[in-house]
Amino acid sequence: MELTGAEIFVECLKAEGVDTIFGYPGGAVLFIYDALYKAAEDLNHILVRHEQGAVHAAEGYAKSTNRPGVVLVTSGPGATNAVTGIADAYMDSVPLVVFTGQVNRDLIGNDAFQEVDIVGISRPCVKHNFLVTDIRDLATTIKKAFYIASTGRPGPVLVDIPKDITQMRCEFSYPDSIAIRSYNPTVKGNRRQIRRAIDLMLEAQRPMLYTGGGVILSGAAEALTTLTRRLGFPITNTLMGLGGYPATDPQFVGMLGMHGTFEANNAMHNSDLVIAIGARFDDRVTGNIEKFCPYAKVIHVDIDPASISKNVKVDVPIVGDVKGVLTDMLAELDERGTSPDPANTADWWQQINEWRKTDCLHYEQDDTGIRAQYVVEKLWEITGGDAYVCSDVGQHQMWAAQFYRFDKPNRWINSGGLGTMGFGLPAAMGVQIAHPKETVACITGDGSIQMCIQELGTCMQYQLPVKIISLNNGYLGMVRQWQEFFYQKRYAMSYMEALPDFVKLAEAYGHVGMRIDKPADVEGALREAMAMKNRLVFMDFITKREGNVYPMVPAGAGQNEMILV
Amino acid sequence: MTAMSTAKRHVISILMENESGALSRVAGLFSARGYNIESLTVAPTEDRSLSRLTLVTSGSNEIIEQIMKQLHKLIDVVKLMDLNEYPHIEREMMMVKVDTQKAGAHERVKHVSDIFRARIIDVGEKTYTVEATGSHDKLDAFLKVLGGELRIIEVVRSGSMGIARGSASLNL
Repeated sequence: MELTGAEIFVECLKAEGVDTIFGYPGGAVLFIYDALYKAAEDLNHILVRHEQGAVHAAEGYAKSTNRPGVVLVTSGPGATNAVTGIADAYMDSVPLVVFTGQVNRDLIGNDAFQEVDIVGISRPCVKHNFLVTDIRDLATTIKKAFYIASTGRPGPVLVDIPKDITQMRCEFSYPDSIAIRSYNPTVKGNRRQIRRAIDLMLEAQRPMLYTGGGVILSGAAEALTTLTRRLGFPITNTLMGLGGYPATDPQFVGMLGMHGTFEANNAMHNSDLVIAIGARFDDRVTGNIEKFCPYAKVIHVDIDPASISKNVKVDVPIVGDVKGVLTDMLAELDERGTSPDPANTADWWQQINEWRKTDCLHYEQDDTGIRAQYVVEKLWEITGGDAYVCSDVGQHQMWAAQFYRFDKPNRWINSGGLGTMGFGLPAAMGVQIAHPKETVACITGDGSIQMCIQELGTCMQYQLPVKIISLNNGYLGMVRQWQEFFYQKRYAMSYMEALPDFVKLAEAYGHVGMRIDKPADVEGALREAMAMKNRLVFMDFITKREGNVYPMVPAGAGQNEMILV
Repeated sequence: MTAMSTAKRHVISILMENESGALSRVAGLFSARGYNIESLTVAPTEDRSLSRLTLVTSGSNEIIEQIMKQLHKLIDVVKLMDLNEYPHIEREMMMVKVDTQKAGAHERVKHVSDIFRARIIDVGEKTYTVEATGSHDKLDAFLKVLGGELRIIEVVRSGSMGIARGSASLNL
């Protein structure tokens, strides 16, 4: 069957089972949009208001479903606007396929209108990218893009398609499968290393499970929970790994890292066996690397060999898919008919429970002003801990991570690696589209929300009832906190002068706006908003101006050197 | 944490897809991650779909391990090999243009070239151009001796190429 390049594009997406595309049209992709117009019954296209929003929305879609998110933008500024989102997806290993239009092949390199070398620009922040130079390669390239994006350590793949290719015709057939000789990710963990790991676990006195986003990406939460309960060890999650293990379970000691709990960080520091699973020893986790886990042997399970021994020397490396490796570990314990003796870790648990008594997340909600922590805790209560929670970047993100206790995977959607302000609202759109019936909250701040606020328009167009929880302190709170601690309170440019009236702004877009400034009104407002199932509600909570995120590991300190309050 | 080992020169051989952009992925990786490149040489192999690249870098064992892993992670890289782990041969080619106006210069160039098994490949009115092949160190030594008495006008070096001795090999 002979089809145009644009029609081939549509057929490929259908063959990949894509149901939603996030995008924005422009000159170089007009043939593709024309083909999408004719295929509107099969492919749902969401028109965003800025290309950055398209990529974050696709990330939200992907993070909440573990299926690749799909983006379509035009050449030039369309492509460059997408770069922040692509970099964000690269840092957090989000499977995305991003299609960019390109000028006609005979114009490439001519400084043509809306031409950029997006393959060159995006190279350091994609898992891989392609420029299609021959229409006969188009279908295979798209197949490869989805395959690369969603296998191994997932990541964004960009496909740049010149306009003339979308117009010309070619025989179409979509390959059933694909093999790339230079790309064969190791999926199955080495049996001998798994046995060594089990040997160490059976002997450990002060073990710690430290698990990250890899658990979520691999769909391994259930296997992790089974294994953790069988081992009887304490477990901590990274920011990206929250929900990988039920936060309300007694074995969970909270998040670790810069704003992790006192007990999680002290347990890491004093551990004799750190079992890292789908985590990458990020600097926000380790603190000063010279002081990190001085007494521990390290087991590291990760699908990316380059993550192993990158920051911390690993004793037992296990390269493989997390879910498979955890299942193999359980099988190994079954085969030996054993589990760690709880007596081994009795003293350790006693010590951890001592640290827990510090109650490091304690705060007081009096009637002088709303505490951000209180809003998040109430949100958790009212949603039964079962909402999808998207977050922007800053203090509110840390409070959300600390106080919304995630019991299920894929519920916590945030920008961890790149720390992209503006991520929250478009990500929430993507999540809401993937889960139309579920409660989707966007916890944000007065700074972050303004970075992609134009997406309120998209939410209106597609009737996306996202619940926006703005924790408004009139500051760029995290910047201000650092300036308070480390720059003698010189608040350079961290003050948000001339904030808009967010209630009116929400209303101008056709949504519901609420302003809440009394602690007593918090719960009622949240309940009222949640009851409006079909409306986007922008809740502007006026919080205490100079609240700080505690506890904190200051830069250069070890994990056991936390500022408590 | 164990102390980092000291930096050492490594010769890394890479087989990669002979596609546009593949080389810039390697070069970009090195600049993005702050690894140094002493030399880089690349050309297609007997199989036109593959390029062979020899890269000389230096770093501690930990850094070299990361470099190998990061290179392997590039989708276009098919196979790679750290030649330092094998007995291997390293060769580099150099062309040197020397000013021969000084008295006795012609004899001097010929003499030094004989010792280093180099060949004079171009004779000009005021210059000789010499081709030399050998290890990186040998070429350094050749330049030093030649430049000791004569003015060197231009130097072109290919960068190192390497191949393992015996049956160890890097192929599909």
